[in-house]
Amino acid sequence: MREELHLILGGEAGQGLDTVAGLLGKAVVRSGRHLLTVQHVMSRVRGGHNNFRMRLASRPVQGPPDTFDLLAAMSRESVDLHRERLADGAVILVDGGWDMPPEPGLIGIPFAELASRPVFRNVALMGVLGAMLGIGADILRELVADNFRAKGDQIVSSNLDVLAAAMKWAADNAPSLPLPGEGDGVTRLAMDGNQALVLGALAAGVRFCGYYPMSPATSIAEGLAQVAVDLGVVVEQGEDEIAAANMALGASYGGARSIVPTSGGGFALMTEAVSLAGVMETPVVFVVAQRPGPATGLATRTEQADLELVLRAGHGEFHRAILAPATVEDCFHLTHKAFDLAEKFQGPVFILSDQYLASAVQSVEPFDLGALPPVAGPDLSDADPDAYRRYDWSAPVSPRRIPGHGRSLVLADCHEHDEKGHIIEAADIRVRMQDKRLAKLDVLRAEILPPVSTGEDDPDLLLVGWGSSGEVLREVAAVLQARGVRAASLCFTQVWPLAPETFLQRLHAAECVVAVEGNSTGQFARLLREATGFHIANSVLRYDGRALTAGYVLERLAPILEAL
Amino acid sequence: MIDSKIYGEYVTAWCPGCGNHDVLLALKDALARQDLEPHQFALVSGIGQAAKIVHYVRGNGFNGLHGRALPPAQALKLVNPELKVVVESGDGCTYGEGGNHLLAAIRRNLDITLIVHNNQIYGLTKGQSSPTTMTGHVTKNNPLGVFDQPFNPVAVAVTMHASFVARSFSGFKEHAAATIAAAIEHKGFSLVDMHSPCISFNKVNTFAWYKSRCKEVAHDPANWDEAMKAAMVFGEEIPIGVIYREERPSKETLLPQCRDGAMYRRPVDMDKVAAHMMSYA
Repeated sequence: MREELHLILGGEAGQGLDTVAGLLGKAVVRSGRHLLTVQHVMSRVRGGHNNFRMRLASRPVQGPPDTFDLLAAMSRESVDLHRERLADGAVILVDGGWDMPPEPGLIGIPFAELASRPVFRNVALMGVLGAMLGIGADILRELVADNFRAKGDQIVSSNLDVLAAAMKWAADNAPSLPLPGEGDGVTRLAMDGNQALVLGALAAGVRFCGYYPMSPATSIAEGLAQVAVDLGVVVEQGEDEIAAANMALGASYGGARSIVPTSGGGFALMTEAVSLAGVMETPVVFVVAQRPGPATGLATRTEQADLELVLRAGHGEFHRAILAPATVEDCFHLTHKAFDLAEKFQGPVFILSDQYLASAVQSVEPFDLGALPPVAGPDLSDADPDAYRRYDWSAPVSPRRIPGHGRSLVLADCHEHDEKGHIIEAADIRVRMQDKRLAKLDVLRAEILPPVSTGEDDPDLLLVGWGSSGEVLREVAAVLQARGVRAASLCFTQVWPLAPETFLQRLHAAECVVAVEGNSTGQFARLLREATGFHIANSVLRYDGRALTAGYVLERLAPILEAL
Repeated sequence: MIDSKIYGEYVTAWCPGCGNHDVLLALKDALARQDLEPHQFALVSGIGQAAKIVHYVRGNGFNGLHGRALPPAQALKLVNPELKVVVESGDGCTYGEGGNHLLAAIRRNLDITLIVHNNQIYGLTKGQSSPTTMTGHVTKNNPLGVFDQPFNPVAVAVTMHASFVARSFSGFKEHAAATIAAAIEHKGFSLVDMHSPCISFNKVNTFAWYKSRCKEVAHDPANWDEAMKAAMVFGEEIPIGVIYREERPSKETLLPQCRDGAMYRRPVDMDKVAAHMMSYA
């Protein structure tokens, strides 16, 4: 029995493969298996070539798969594009109506027969795949019915007929590729990074989202918009990113926990607001879901190249925290934490994600909402309102009151200001106010997340990564350990500020350290050197717009391993 | 009516004789007429001489970035519809740097008031042309005179069916105060294009220049065609008063999630969050 099964669904944009991948993923999770679905789509609405890569397993899966046991090709091009990624004995599902020379593993699905109209082809494919994987008919029927319910009973019924016919055809004509393992009966969620991020924001009490559409961050705003009325969130599309970010600060001034989802190009426009959050001491959570640049780059692909942008964005000097989730679970927990941190130190906190993580669907266990720590809030006391000073400098973090809550008057200012918030130019007040703001670093330092570490303390090979490269590194380290290499991994989910005391010893103790990043210049390795003086001499970098995979990293580690 | 002394007295950074002093008095007068106590409103501004007004009124205030007064002001209204929100800034900040935000704010139609101190010049940066500087006006940065056509904020706002469009002149103190009060009272987005002379850097559009030209409009402000006609007049005569008014629900009254008062007071409904989470099972 195999432990894993890797599928790739390929076709043109507009064919609805995302629906098939989504429903099939849910069916796999409902069957008690683990899942990772990675999306590779082109920046177009019709045509081109998109594909969804699914890793199905009986145990938790880590990074994206490299080779595949089954290719479902909804376009001819798809067969040629993915042939080299297929494992020995892989099954290739194609349209039976295509004129193709027979070959081992090639199976033509009679779509013309199973799907009376092209619109039914997705459900037919789902029926074929579901039957081949041995997924229960009840699970498939329920998912199809739920998916089409809004379109009326007639449509539901027609689709269920197509599903049944496709499953029957597959049972008689297609090989069985059963799901790995037995299914553990555990309830899990099939959720992508952005969906988990939205859930984390909701659990933290997000009340305002300012955004301007930009892949791959848009689904965060859309996800919030779907539940906005029910859960009490204002989701406002700005006329541009500048408006979106400045809106979030106005909402935060008004006491609403605020989030701003964007990507690098949009964030570039928001940098003046980052600086404003710094001087106004206003909590705000920015999500920068990275995609390749410069400029428009590869709009629907992935990269980790905006670390330095996010780290330095905004004129003047002020503090920030940057959290970099490695997994879908991290997207939930770190977003929840980001709101708490933003309020505690009254400034900008960043979630630095990327297209891969934003759209990668993983099976996760439901989050224990009751066990979440409380999220800090503003000062709602209104004690002695006449004496209230928004920027009271008796402590680094001043009480933040909310306009209109009581009789305290709240003045937030973008200039250098006195304790009351009034413009000043006096040298001594300037210095004291700047020192007060900089002293808030201690609040951030008290809560720095240490990197996640695997392997021995003094390994021969230490792989260092951050954000979404983390899961891949853990997998690579495990593969190497199984080959007898003393490999270890160190993955950072907070990339600023850093606490060298939590990891520097590990860097020094390793025989060879390799930085693995999704960019072309090794930005995080550079940052580590700046913060610690430690120079990581070796690196594995990926900047072709595709997510790091274990196979990609292992191939490039080979010469380094030989030299060990 | 509240005594306007409640809004305090501050030393300003404005030149003696600047129109802004009169706008400040008119604003305080209008707030008092609306019986607004300092904790019941928030003044939001951008950057420029006019934008400093936030520091000269006792109340809540948000002095934001250049051109960016409207975005935070609108978000503030959305998350706390109980708060009166008044935006003040100059013609450079509002019609230049923040032009796109003005168009969007007119479309959103939140119940906020925008007062633009329009002196047809950049004051804080000392005399460059602004979007409303008249063609031919010789400025430091346009020694041959301005070639560009001036922006007509009133006409743009009326074209877009902004729900309240008015023009006033700081030199007519009662007119200015009454116009601002009417704008604050109006339910919906209100624009007051307030001519406020810059005595240091605009030697063309002076007190006397405005005073001899500003004439109260006579048409019915609900009549869009008449309003458009008046909006297109600017020069030998400058129509002042309420140019256009259209009653329609403001956005925060249409959003169900904005109907339960200030959002910061609402606890997280974890049962609903859990229900949303389990929709992914």
